[in-house]
Amino acid sequence: MLPSTATPLLALDAVGMRFPNGVQALDGLELSIARGEFLSLLGPSGCGKSTALRLLAGLARPTAGTVRRPEGLRPGFVFQEPTLMPWATVFDNVRLPLRLKGLGADAVREDVDAALEQVGLGGFARAYPRELSGGMRMRVSIARALVTRPDVLLLDEPFAALDEITRGRLDDELLALWHAHRLTVVFVTHSVYEAIYLSTRVAVFGARPGRVVETIRVDAPHPRGDAFRADPAYARDCVRASAALRAAHA
Amino acid sequence: MSARRASPVAPVAVVLAVLLAWEAIVRARGIPAWLLPAPSRVASTLWQDLPSLLPSLWFTLKITVGALALAVIGGVSLAAVFALSRRVESALFPLAIVLQVTPIVAIAPLILIYVESTTAALLICAFIVAFFPILANTVVGLRSADANLRELFALYGATRWQRLRLLLVPSALPYFLAGLRIAGGLALIGAVVAEFAAGAAGRETGLASRILEASFRTEIPRMFAALALVSLVGIAIFAVFDALARRLLRRWHDSELPDA
Repeated sequence: MLPSTATPLLALDAVGMRFPNGVQALDGLELSIARGEFLSLLGPSGCGKSTALRLLAGLARPTAGTVRRPEGLRPGFVFQEPTLMPWATVFDNVRLPLRLKGLGADAVREDVDAALEQVGLGGFARAYPRELSGGMRMRVSIARALVTRPDVLLLDEPFAALDEITRGRLDDELLALWHAHRLTVVFVTHSVYEAIYLSTRVAVFGARPGRVVETIRVDAPHPRGDAFRADPAYARDCVRASAALRAAHA
Repeated sequence: MSARRASPVAPVAVVLAVLLAWEAIVRARGIPAWLLPAPSRVASTLWQDLPSLLPSLWFTLKITVGALALAVIGGVSLAAVFALSRRVESALFPLAIVLQVTPIVAIAPLILIYVESTTAALLICAFIVAFFPILANTVVGLRSADANLRELFALYGATRWQRLRLLLVPSALPYFLAGLRIAGGLALIGAVVAEFAAGAAGRETGLASRILEASFRTEIPRMFAALALVSLVGIAIFAVFDALARRLLRRWHDSELPDA
């Protein structure tokens, strides 16, 4: 798992982003994503990491530099909130991306059921979002992102609003999905521990304007578990990421 | 889910108590029926006069429902245009507000002068008052779609039509239904008020004309009977839309959740 030599799947070259209100959110941002890696963008709120993710998704255009994305790239996106349609069942929520491509309910039933099965919600296709817990709603959101078999899964602080137990469990589930399906993941977080635990690589963001100040490669093998959290290498990487954050936001 | 509404015992008891007190006071004090008829007298008059009141009830109902239908079509269409273009909205919205804030009693005589058919004039008056809540609510509703969901639709390449059908319309539905409940009552008020302004003339006339006639002849019990019919129509309209909203929203919208 040494992606630096391969051609990147996605890349931001000298990207700058200035909002109409004059705020320079990003400046000179260099970021490349290799196929199959789990990359975390780590930084405090307002450092531009979410903006970088939106650029990768194609939801926004940079005001400077270029975004390199292959033609027809299929991104899957998971927001900080579950962002489900409250009027639609779990099944209809998960099938939305396929429906928007013009596929009917019967044609996608198997894919939707498989995606729900992957996130452990096999029996909940007919439930409505408000009948589910916060963690389950987030799982629906992940299933919706997975149903298109995305080339890259982009997650914007997906578990930040959940309690720590649920969050830890969803971290492990996400890691298992990444491992089993050889996904490419870009994960935005403000938690040093979450970033080191999950990632093969962590990009530490500095703020105003946002840019990558340090990249940390996390070489520990997968699957990771509690043993990794007790590993001195884990502690060392956490200390290093924390120091980089402190230096950038002093 | 049926537990949302509190049991109907309390409101029914209150209404019964008011009617009983009314009846008791009228009897105890010997108040003559031409001054204040007891509820029992109103009921019996209603029963006796029903054959002559029913055509008027039907006429008022036609005006109300017709105006409401026009208000829904007009309000929703205009709201869709407003939702697509802020510029059109800012250009036309003041006009809608002028129509809304000018009392219908003040406009009705003019409309009755300019529009030859009285029925059409009444329809227009009732339409004017019912139109605004539908327009205003639907505009807000169409704009209220979740920002992240909008982005999601963009990310997955939704067409305009898909966005409208799968995102904007469901988001607007609770707002529209709230507007519909208000507009239903207002359409009835508009129909009655406009008919008062028109006077009792004409062959085809509604409940307002019956109330006016009865008042000229000081047939107070008949006035109350016709008034009771107007109220019943209003209550029925409200109940229908309330049930519709509950049916459409109960599985997902907070406004229709059962009390925890």
